[in-house]
Amino acid sequence: MFSLFGNQTERSLFDEFERLQSDMDRMFGGWPATSIRSGRAGAWPAINIGATPDDVHVFVYAPGLSAAAIDLSLQQNVLTISGARKLPEQKEGNWYLRERFDGEFRRAVTLPEDVDPERIEAKYRDGVLHVCIARRATVSPRRITIN
Amino acid sequence: MNRQTSVSKQSASPTAVPQSALVPRVEVFEAADGITLRADLPGVNKDGLKVQIEQDTLTIEGDAKFTLPENLQPLHAEVRSQRFQRSFTLSKELDAHQITASLQHGVLELHIPKRAEVRPRRIEVKAD
Repeated sequence: MFSLFGNQTERSLFDEFERLQSDMDRMFGGWPATSIRSGRAGAWPAINIGATPDDVHVFVYAPGLSAAAIDLSLQQNVLTISGARKLPEQKEGNWYLRERFDGEFRRAVTLPEDVDPERIEAKYRDGVLHVCIARRATVSPRRITIN
Repeated sequence: MNRQTSVSKQSASPTAVPQSALVPRVEVFEAADGITLRADLPGVNKDGLKVQIEQDTLTIEGDAKFTLPENLQPLHAEVRSQRFQRSFTLSKELDAHQITASLQHGVLELHIPKRAEVRPRRIEVKAD
């Protein structure tokens, strides 16, 4: 009856391509895909990790939560994010698309070994959790004078 | 057809080289008074969001914004773009001028009411 969803097939197809592509990247290219804790491909929420010489930054794309609903823990260098996202119930009507994640989630990522669990900060903003973990002071390369 | 393929600024992206726009995951629910659409747009705030209607096409565009250290090196990236885009075709019984939108914690909620004259009315059937 409603053509709001008229181009759904085309969208879904491209959507699948996009997901497939990222799954392939994850399986064959990305780090730390080979980690024993990687979990299934395409898990929710998606995670990006980056590092500077001083800190490791983890971005968790988890929209629609509140800061209090997210459990975050760091044991050694394994960061675990868990919680639940319950979508609003709807009565008396019809669903056409339900692609958004609904339910409990748990993801763990292995970070570089020199992260310092004592110095961790986390902020949740606009649906993205940004975790910044300081790295232990690296020993800068020392120049050895040859006499 | 409306897929966005242009590459946007790289500096704003956390650990990812932006490619094409991502297709946000949505839910669409229809009730008697209209349609509710919710879209996951993580990292998008009010300034980065554009919802527009052109003829009968509703387009949602979002640019995620991040403040990042300059020397950040990517280690792992599942999200490879900070742009979101998705379009929907609206039908005539929906009142595009009365759309309301809210954005909270990276979730966009749109409500598109039906025109009053096309809302289903219950017709009383009287027995003789």
